This record gives sequence, C-alpha cells and structure tokens, in this order.
Amino acid sequence: MNAWAEGFLVLFMITNLWLLGSSRLLSCIAAVSVQGVLLAALPLLVGIDAPPWRLYLQAGVSLGLKGIAFPMLLTRAVRSVDARREMEPLVGYSLSIIIGVAMLAGSLATGIRLSLPAPGMPALLVPSAMFTALTGLFVIVSRRSAIVQALGYLAMENGIAAFGLALAEHEPLLVEMGTLLDAFMAVFVMGITIFHINREFDHIETDRLRSLKDAPE
Amino acid sequence: MSAEPALRSVVQVCLALLLAPVLLGVINRVKAWFAGRHGPPLLQAWYDIAKLMGKSAVYSRTTGWVFRAGPVLGLAASLLCVALVPWAGATSLLAFDGDLVLLAGLLALGRFITIVAALDTGSAFEGMGASREAWFASLGEPALLLGMAALARVRGSVSLAGLFAGSVDLSRGAGTPSWAAAGVTFGGAVLILSAVALFIVYLAENARIPVDDPNTHLELTMIHEVMVLDHGGVDLAYIQYGASLKLWVLGGMIVSLLAPRTGTWVLDVAVALAGMTVVGAATGVAESVMARLRLLRVPQLLVAALALSALALCLALLGAGIGGVSLGSAAAPLTAGAPP
Repeated sequence: MNAWAEGFLVLFMITNLWLLGSSRLLSCIAAVSVQGVLLAALPLLVGIDAPPWRLYLQAGVSLGLKGIAFPMLLTRAVRSVDARREMEPLVGYSLSIIIGVAMLAGSLATGIRLSLPAPGMPALLVPSAMFTALTGLFVIVSRRSAIVQALGYLAMENGIAAFGLALAEHEPLLVEMGTLLDAFMAVFVMGITIFHINREFDHIETDRLRSLKDAPE
Repeated sequence: MSAEPALRSVVQVCLALLLAPVLLGVINRVKAWFAGRHGPPLLQAWYDIAKLMGKSAVYSRTTGWVFRAGPVLGLAASLLCVALVPWAGATSLLAFDGDLVLLAGLLALGRFITIVAALDTGSAFEGMGASREAWFASLGEPALLLGMAALARVRGSVSLAGLFAGSVDLSRGAGTPSWAAAGVTFGGAVLILSAVALFIVYLAENARIPVDDPNTHLELTMIHEVMVLDHGGVDLAYIQYGASLKLWVLGGMIVSLLAPRTGTWVLDVAVALAGMTVVGAATGVAESVMARLRLLRVPQLLVAALALSALALCLALLGAGIGGVSLGSAAAPLTAGAPP
C-alpha cells in the first residue's frame, strides 16, 4: 500500500511543477484538478485507522469538489472572460520551475525532520504537503491573472488538506467537511468576482486594479 | 576479465555498430505508418551511408582544418560512447568508476566539434544553428547529469555498469538493500523520473521532433541539420553514422534502465533488442503526434527535464537519508513518531 501512496505523492509533486511551468490557463486548471484527484485518492491509500465509510465519504466529496466542481467553475470563468493564457507573469516560466525545484528541495529537507503523530504514514506526505502549499503561495504572488491566483489558492488548500491527512485519525469528520465547504465557497465567490472584475475593467490583471477605473492613470 | 564477459562486450559493440542505422529505419517506418505511407526500407540509413562513402567531399576555400577534422572527431566521440555504455547487462569495453562523467564529456565533445566545424564555415546560417545547439545543450546536460547522479545514489554505484545493472522491482523500490531494509519505497519513482528525463534528453541530443526536426532544412527552428549543411560525401557519411550511434547509445541507456533482466545473456540481448524497437517506435509516435515546439518553448521543455531529474535526485538523497548507512538525526523522528 505504501508504495502506491509514495507513487501518488510523487505525482502530486509533479503536478506542482506542471502548474508552475504552464502558461495556458486551461492547462493550469487541469494541473490543479489532477492534483485534487490525487489528493482525493490519498485517504484510501495511506492506511488511516478510521471506519471505511468515512474514508470513502471523504475521498468521494473531495473528488467531486476538487476533481470536478472546481475545474468546471474555473473553466466557466475562463470562458466568460475570454482569457486564454497568462500574458506576462512577474516571474517567467522556466525560472518558476527552477524556483519550484528549490522549494521542493527545501520542503524535502525540512519536512522529513518533522515527526508525525501517526505512525506508518508515507515518508513523503509532509514534504509534498509543504511543497504544494509553498507552490500555491508562489503562484499567488508571481502571476498577474486573477484566475491563476485562484488556482494558487486552491493548490495551497490542497497542500493544507494533504497535511491534514496525517492528523486524520484525530480530527472529526466535521472539520474535514468544513474546510471543503470553505474552499468551495471561496472558489464559487472567486469565479463570480472574476467575471465581475472583467466586466467592469475589461481585464483580470490584479496589479492594474490599484487605480479606480474613472481615476486618471 | 575471463573470456566470456569480454566476448559479450565485443558482441554488444558489434551489434551497436551494425544495428544503429537500422534504429533510424524503425523510427522512419513508424512515422510513415502514421502518415499512411509505406516508408523507406529499414536499411535506408545504411544505403545512404554507402552512397555517401562513394562520393568525395567538397571543401569551400573559406574553411580550414577544423572543418575537415569535425566529422572525424565527432564520429570518434560517438564510437567511444558506444564502447563506454553497457548494454543488455554486459559490461562495456571501457568500464571504470566514474565513467558516467566521461560519457557526458564525450557527448559534449562531439557537440563542441560539430559547433566549431559549423562556425569554421563562416556562414551566418550555420552560426545560428551552432548558437542554438550550445544554448539547448547547456540545459540538457545538467538534466542528464542530475538524472545519472540520482541513479548512482539509488544503485549505490558511480559507474555506468552499476547504474544499469540489476533488474527492476518497482514495488520493492529498486533501491539499495539498506533502503529496502528501512522501508523506503520510492526507488521506483526515482527510476521512472530519471527515465523520463533521460528520454527528453535523448530527444534533444538527437535533434528529434519536439526540439528539432531531423528532416527539414527550413531555417526557423532547425538546429542540428543546419550545422552540417556544408559537409558532403565521406564527411557527411561520418556525421550520419555518428548521429545514429548517438541515437543508439542514448536509446540503449533508457532500455537498460527499464528492461527486465532474465539472467541468461542471450535472452537479455533479445529483450534489449525488443526494447530498442520499442524506444524507436516511441520516438516515431512522439514525432508523429507532436508538433515541433516554438524555439522559445524548447528551453522550457529542457528545464522541465531538469526539474524531473532534480526531483529524482532529491528523492534519492532523501531515501539515502532514511535508509542509508548514516541513520542520523534527520531520520530518527520519522521512525520514532508515536501518537502523543
């Protein structure tokens, strides 16, 4: 079982590099949704000591939201604002990947030193969770388009959820469901907001939102 | 070295020398099949080389000895690569500890010779190709070296023979025995990541499609073809033969990495030959279904290969930290983690 979990976690890390390296918005969305699917499969693989129905429920809800609902919402947002690709990121794609590798090395070096409360967890769980959260943060600060920033937020949330897996035996199901609901509301609101920003300002570049539309540039 | 392993090494080199151009034929047949054509015969590359060997080379008055030395030295570097890289489980003719660095050096030497010969013509066209070749190589080479470093860490050996020895058992983690004892299970992931990175480097080094188009002389993104435009006759035959040897060597590395070992040498050779056919077919499929990348996107592909290699190396170092001889403070909390 653990070999499968480690394999999934390696793929999980690769989706981060994919998110960092792709310029097309739809490809970024695909990266984050694949990440969500992998994350949904993890509770079934890591050997959590909990009743099976709970694990299946958690995996199912997480798959439905992160694998299907979020990508659909964001794809609709992309279609409605007619934006195909991130134009000029503040940090270029090749450099982003290299910075990603540096973050990866950092999270592996530090994450492996943290002790987990639950024994038998895959060794890569904490490092990959940290790497995903860092990637999300980096994407939020280094991209201009509001949609990619929303994706960065989602990646960060994925990282935190992966981290939470380590504690899944101790936290009630209600907490898991609560965080999923929060993420759902956030993406829902962001999708609507992006649409409205685009309608008011004709673009979704956040660093140009500092000036009001009717103020002289 | 007793007689039999030496014989295997010689047979392996002879196979490479004979079959390398045939691998090109396999790729072209797969591409033709995808396009609905019949395609050239499998031995077409040999026919081309034979035809070119019968012609004499023409030299421009602006070129010097560097231009004439280029094809010969390039072929020599490729031949040394063939003698250096083990194939199908047999040790290579020139095996020694640390030969993986020499392999990277030989690849770089062959490239340098080609670049210098291209610059010697004084043609702006060839200078452009040379500049691109150097640019992409500077990104591809770290990917190759990091990938091999990761493999060296997993296999616990710094020679190519050790790197490509041993069969693959993905569930047990393909790592060193001390890894297996410590329950490290991502040796297989290291192996696959390095293999994917190696495949991208293989495409880039051999000027195959997402990076370069081996069939065209159009100027927009071509790299390797433009550098050899001024060579003709015997020189061109040397270049083509050297290129096919390089294709064989890098393809063979991927096969040695992933192909299972049976224990019997003859069967191993058969498996490796089948593997080479698969690699050739995979190249043909990749060339048929993908478009050539825009020039500015190529570095991104190579940086992605670099990232995969770096991930593999990080995982390999991590595994060594957990399962290696020095179970230091880094890994102690991991094994001692108990519920509070």
